Amino acid sequence: MRRDVTRARLVRAALRSRWPQLLVTALALGGFIFAIVAGFAGTPVGSRNFGIVFVWIVWWAALMLIAVPLAGRAWCSICPIPAPGEWLQRGAVLSPTGRGLGGRRRWPTALRNIWLQNAAFVAIALFSVVILTTAHVTALVLAAVIVLATLTSLVFERRAFCRFLCPVGGFIGLYAQLAPLAVRVKDAAVCAAHTEKTCYAGNGEGYGCPWQVFPGALRKNTYCGTCVECLRTCPHDNVAVYLRPIGEDLFERSGRRLDEAFKAFIMLGSAVGYTAVMLGPWGALKAAAQSVGSVAWAVYALVFVALVLGVLPGLFLGAVVIGRRLARSTVTVRRSFVTFAYALVPLGLAAWIAFSLGFVFTNLSYVWPVVSDPMGWGWDLFGTARAQWSPYLGRTVPVLQTVVLVLGLFWASVTAHRMAAELVAGDGRPLATALHASPVVALCVALTVTLLGLLV
Amino acid sequence: MRREGWARLTVGMLALALTIAALLGRWANRGGIELHARMAETGGFMPSEITATLGEPLHLRLTSDDVMHGFAIGHSDRPAIDVAPGETTRTTLTFDRPGTYTFYCTRWCGPNHWRMRGTIHVRGAGAAQPVARTVPRYVALGLDLDAPHPAAVVPARRPSAARGAELAARTPGLVPGTGLRDLSPAAMWERLRQTAPRALDDAEVWDLVAFAWKSSTTPLAIEEGRRLYAANCAACHGETGNGRGVMADTLTVSLEPRGGHGHAPAKPADFTKGATMLGASSTLLEGKILRGGMGTGMPYWGPILTDSQIAALVAYLWTFQLDAMDIPAPSTRPDLTPHRH
Repeated sequence: MRRDVTRARLVRAALRSRWPQLLVTALALGGFIFAIVAGFAGTPVGSRNFGIVFVWIVWWAALMLIAVPLAGRAWCSICPIPAPGEWLQRGAVLSPTGRGLGGRRRWPTALRNIWLQNAAFVAIALFSVVILTTAHVTALVLAAVIVLATLTSLVFERRAFCRFLCPVGGFIGLYAQLAPLAVRVKDAAVCAAHTEKTCYAGNGEGYGCPWQVFPGALRKNTYCGTCVECLRTCPHDNVAVYLRPIGEDLFERSGRRLDEAFKAFIMLGSAVGYTAVMLGPWGALKAAAQSVGSVAWAVYALVFVALVLGVLPGLFLGAVVIGRRLARSTVTVRRSFVTFAYALVPLGLAAWIAFSLGFVFTNLSYVWPVVSDPMGWGWDLFGTARAQWSPYLGRTVPVLQTVVLVLGLFWASVTAHRMAAELVAGDGRPLATALHASPVVALCVALTVTLLGLLV
Repeated sequence: MRREGWARLTVGMLALALTIAALLGRWANRGGIELHARMAETGGFMPSEITATLGEPLHLRLTSDDVMHGFAIGHSDRPAIDVAPGETTRTTLTFDRPGTYTFYCTRWCGPNHWRMRGTIHVRGAGAAQPVARTVPRYVALGLDLDAPHPAAVVPARRPSAARGAELAARTPGLVPGTGLRDLSPAAMWERLRQTAPRALDDAEVWDLVAFAWKSSTTPLAIEEGRRLYAANCAACHGETGNGRGVMADTLTVSLEPRGGHGHAPAKPADFTKGATMLGASSTLLEGKILRGGMGTGMPYWGPILTDSQIAALVAYLWTFQLDAMDIPAPSTRPDLTPHRH
């Protein structure tokens, strides 16, 4: 069921060469720098500012509707945010043998998880309405993130920022588990016998894994940045990029963790929260989310945090406990809780796609005036500066959202069922398996119905 | 190492090309004055003062930083320009007289919309004379615009100019043709009550008042007044003149009391309330529009509306009390039309 895409000579050559990746990264960096400049110097009108339109509509659409579902962490491989820091750390932009500035310290052991990424995402989520609609705040956040990534690279080894801090990278990693694309070794035995471990240590062909992952032990996409350095550094040609069945990583039993489980809750809860705030009909809710610093905003923030970190995990825990009792499972509550949480990953991705469809196609027509007048300075470079706003696929989007959410629910239910089978040890207990999964499936149904009610 | 050098150069160019191109474009396209429009709460027009040279074109690039605004010059026939958010609209102004001109927002952009004003100082020597400034009539008459002006009498029914015209036709010379501008309708009623035949009841005398007012204006003026009212007044005073426009509540709470000067914030006047409205003269209403409310929230329209526009507006205001639309315009008009002296 796997297909090695690197067997195609052209693909292989493109991945082994450092130039294509560098050029795309540099272009993306140019876009981000321009977005920052536009945010600070361009019009404060979000719908007419390159920073807002290209970051929160174009980039977000490309990321959530295309890149993450189809290629997992592919964006991370060309992300411009860590690029300046990585280049300084390496002392080179292209050469695999540069001598850089610092970046030698190991990331603290206690923080080698994604709790910081979870916290960073929730923190940013509380200010999202302002960030997404205010050009200079978007610019400020982008600039701050690039500066933070650069400083992190100058102090800590490799891509510590991407692996442990980046709020976007955190959820991309979660949903990358579903992607049909994966970097894996061809034969683990070859890696085991390879004493130099150049994929981790680096050699004249490339750097050691920037994501601090040993490819020989890689089982999930979560922490693989698909930078393909390992493909370059492996002297045995033992690394490949595979097309594979979607969602395969969810059933990888090793490496299931509570921080990843909470990432699933945070993402799903945030999708519900964002949908209510940004696409819902409640003006007071929007106003509260926008009035940062006010009492109304403080209440909104508390409710949001309580929803993603308390209510949703609490309901989920209840569902797991009920299912466990129904199935008379002897597996610990913690393990059951963490295992079942991975069933929320497909539903979470579906929720984010549905949410993104809702605003991306509504606002996509803002691209045309911004292409001609990216700063709102009165230019008309391509004759589209006066193009009027017009929502696309107005009648199709609700249908697409429904289809995506129903598919997500189906996928989550199937996953929950397989998780239950794993927890009750075997296919010989179909009733126990169904009983174990049913409360979690019921919760997924409730969440899907809630989202459908908000979106459609 | 050579490849690394090329790579660095390429990265630098790709990363900065867009930004450098944009900044160069900005520099090359810097002619004229960029005028930003923002809601008054966040700054209004920026810059709010512009200097122009007599007879020389003043190039403006107008853009809104938030919502839809408008741009117009007071005392000018030049049509208003919409200033859309994030878009740039270019316009060129040329002034043929020195002086200070007021530009203002023409769109109801927020509760303090009326504060969105700025000035253009036109300087330069030449044959052209500065715009003449005249003393407003209410000043010449020494009227206290802020004094209460209750009507001593109010009609029992809505006065009709049509009925008044029929009554006036029966008794020629009953309705005076001049000197009515400074009289309130209530005062005019009292005067007519004394001279009108005893057979006329009070309501019929009010009809004569309506006829006198109707005779002092034209349908065209009333129509212009209606247009001006809708554009400038209705948001606070209400479409029906009842003082409950969509901005009325916001306006009342958004104003800051001014200690020591002027007046406290007040609710917009109710033009449908006969007890106060019928006690005001056209000259008094003209003065209130011209000068504004001095802190009550009523804007001053002197630098924006011309004499004839204010007259048209006052003519329209009377339609909230007097029924006028049902008779053709008379061929002779008594002197009730306001004129500024």
